[in-house]
Amino acid sequence: MNFIKNIFENTKPYVQKGAKFHWLHSVHDGFFTLFFVQKNTSKSGTHIHDYIDLKRTMGLVVLALVPALLFGMYNTGYQHYKAIGELASTGFFQLFLFGLLKVLPIVVVSYGVGLGIEFVFAQIRGHEIQEGFLVSGMLIPLVMPIETPLWMIAVATAFAVIIGKEVFGGTGMNIWNPALVARAFLFFAYPAQMSGIKVWVASGSQATDAITCATPLGDAASGSITYTAADAFFGLIPGSIGETSTLALLIGAVILIITGIGSWRIMLSTIAGGAVMGLILNFFAGSPALSEANQVFFGIPFWHHLILGGFMFGAIFMATDPVSAAQTVKGKWIYGFLIGIIAVLIRVINPAYPEGMMLAILLMNTFAPLIDHYVVGAHIKRRLKRATVKGQTA
Amino acid sequence: MENLINIFVKSIFIENMVFAYFLGMCSYLAVSKKVSTAAGLGIAVIFVLGITVPVDYLLENYVLKEGALAWLSPSLADVDLSFLSFIMFIAVIASMVQLVEMVVEKFAPVLYNQLGIFLPLIAVNCAILGGSLFMQQKAFVNIGEATVYGLGSGVGWFLAIVGIAAIREKIEYSNVPAPLRGLGITFIVTGLMGMAFMGFMGIKL
Repeated sequence: MNFIKNIFENTKPYVQKGAKFHWLHSVHDGFFTLFFVQKNTSKSGTHIHDYIDLKRTMGLVVLALVPALLFGMYNTGYQHYKAIGELASTGFFQLFLFGLLKVLPIVVVSYGVGLGIEFVFAQIRGHEIQEGFLVSGMLIPLVMPIETPLWMIAVATAFAVIIGKEVFGGTGMNIWNPALVARAFLFFAYPAQMSGIKVWVASGSQATDAITCATPLGDAASGSITYTAADAFFGLIPGSIGETSTLALLIGAVILIITGIGSWRIMLSTIAGGAVMGLILNFFAGSPALSEANQVFFGIPFWHHLILGGFMFGAIFMATDPVSAAQTVKGKWIYGFLIGIIAVLIRVINPAYPEGMMLAILLMNTFAPLIDHYVVGAHIKRRLKRATVKGQTA
Repeated sequence: MENLINIFVKSIFIENMVFAYFLGMCSYLAVSKKVSTAAGLGIAVIFVLGITVPVDYLLENYVLKEGALAWLSPSLADVDLSFLSFIMFIAVIASMVQLVEMVVEKFAPVLYNQLGIFLPLIAVNCAILGGSLFMQQKAFVNIGEATVYGLGSGVGWFLAIVGIAAIREKIEYSNVPAPLRGLGITFIVTGLMGMAFMGFMGIKL
């Protein structure tokens, strides 16, 4: 530790005010706080200093994402070797290594581009480097299909960081979740590459160029059930890198809830909303007005909606984003519940999109300030009423 | 009945006046600084659309459309007045807005003062004329459908303006880069809201 500390101590004079490399001071500061807790104390007034600062909070969220990331790597290899039919003859580590080599570049590109832009903005606008991107940089790779070209990831990350976050003033001010903005941007800008059925399984070698595979959700939308509930729960199905395994995501959810970082209210209400909508759709499943494919999709057991596609990932890591979610307690219940309902609704009813979680969360992010506005307004009204009644009787 | 619900939902979410057609942007951008005023204007727009679209529907089908005058006398069966539709629709809208203005002034003077110039300006809100022109294009079969379509478009516009008003209240104290403050960031927000609304596009009801 002393070795690292010495580096920072020795370089400090160079970035002080008036020194040659002063323009790098926020970079220095950013890395220093990554390793050490700052000694600064407040100059005036009373402040509570907590060791869980933004950097540690973000670190914990990244930690909660690790199970999903590791499983995503394994699943990438698993789906690849399954598609070329050599699953039985391939060892666990080979599967994992294949996935690692596929996923790692995406993570590196996402962090590299995003943090680069953050650094530049911090220098230009003269504030400290904000750590919000630590989580976004991990979320972006996890919501991408495995075969997304790296340049697309770079473009999407740049769009998300600049238009999704920095124009609003940086971390803590954004209205929409940056990782979802990145995903939605790619989805609408390059629809063929993002929603085609080719993208979900890594091909990798020349022999397997022609391998294509649809996600279970896409299959269900066209009327055939191609998954088992156990596979969907453990995550051995094609899909975006981090979203497939409900089990790995639940481990992350436990970490978030125990440390108090993710809101359990939002997670619970989102899941409840999805389940309710699933039940409503089940109720209509027998209706003769529906096409045959739709009858199958309407009729899948309601809890399958929760373990398929990106539902769990969105409910645990995206909807609970403390910046873009509703801030009030009552607002959180409403916000989560509507996300669940809209996600399943878009997924089943809209033929244009096989998955609705991303758009449902973006839509509710849009209306989260409105929900808060009316919840707070109702509070004020109620308390005012109580106060005036007391005043009159006294 | 099912048909009416379809038209209603479709006009609110899928064919949203603001996010699908980018109509009515001027008052949408100008009056969206506070949620309460935005909601007032939104309600006025719902009201005006809910009245003008069915009235224009009657005009269209009994006066303007080719052969629409046949109910007067058979000799008028081949008269086509549809070139007059723009001016007739605008006239109807302007007179309706006058009516709304008088009603609001009489019964809700507070809202009347808050809305100020933007209440009479509803007359030139393109979402209103757009509602009538879309009604003409869609060729609804009865006046009920036209009314529901008008109300639905109004509700969609209402949702859009209160949504952005809440967002603007929230980002009022954000550290937005100086050149983007005010309208600049509002346009960016509108674009991103449109992206969020794209989830509904393509739904066939």
